[in-house]
Amino acid sequence: MEVELARRVLAGEAQAFEPFVEHFRAKIFQYSWLMCGQREDAEEVAQDTMLKTFESFRQLKDPARVRPWIYRIAKNACLTKRRKSIFAPTAAQEISLDELMPAQGQRDGRTTIEIADWSQLPDDQVLQGEMKRELEAAIRSVPEMYRSVILLRDLEELSTEETAHILDVSEDVVKTRLHRARLAVRKHLDERLRGVKEVASR
Amino acid sequence: MSLQQPREGCKEVFAKLSEYLDMELPPDACEELEAHLEGCPPCIEFVASLRKTVDLCRRYSPAELPGALNETARQELQEAYERSLAARGRG
Repeated sequence: MEVELARRVLAGEAQAFEPFVEHFRAKIFQYSWLMCGQREDAEEVAQDTMLKTFESFRQLKDPARVRPWIYRIAKNACLTKRRKSIFAPTAAQEISLDELMPAQGQRDGRTTIEIADWSQLPDDQVLQGEMKRELEAAIRSVPEMYRSVILLRDLEELSTEETAHILDVSEDVVKTRLHRARLAVRKHLDERLRGVKEVASR
Repeated sequence: MSLQQPREGCKEVFAKLSEYLDMELPPDACEELEAHLEGCPPCIEFVASLRKTVDLCRRYSPAELPGALNETARQELQEAYERSLAARGRG
């Protein structure tokens, strides 16, 4: 749908302008809201991104590339905004795989791992309420260089190649960061799920 | 819940799980990983939790939407768009 919208906007079809703006404003707002954390900043990033999109619209040669193209603009708008913000990012924070391995223990001479009961999470349901807020908190807790990757790959479902292009890194770096981001989100949720279970069993 | 972790090699498996879930592992590495999983209940449980994490991310829809576009902002975008169309017409 968005490729078709982009094609029509590029062709100068006036009716496509409004839906194109609304669609991408909402997408970019979501990305920057989870990246910047502040509603006001996210609104500004969305507007700056759309403005820059139209200012450089002639550079978009292939409508099929509209998503990575716009997200690349949004990523830069987000960075600019973050640098000016009081919530400016600190030095890049790396996470090691070891930190993300589940805690191990011993029972009856065998190694055990600590893990929540994930089967309590329903499959194939629209994510809402508490769980949705937990997921947002989990994503926000991940250091930025990993967070941008999980947002683009798993929430926006962009490809590894598109994500690499947006973030100016290699595909291997995207894969490494995606894995750590997923593990970090998993760990955060796992701790929350265990918390929920303890409360429930009292 | 505590689970048994009877084998070495869990750590090696752990490093490759996303590629495994994304079906990006070469066939031999995939077979090796699955052979480990067969005998390792903690890793099976762990893979399930990671798969569920990815699934939750994919099912996520935004809780917050941007406010309605005000007239000044809309005008700004419209003008930028028209300028780009005009430039294209000239170019």
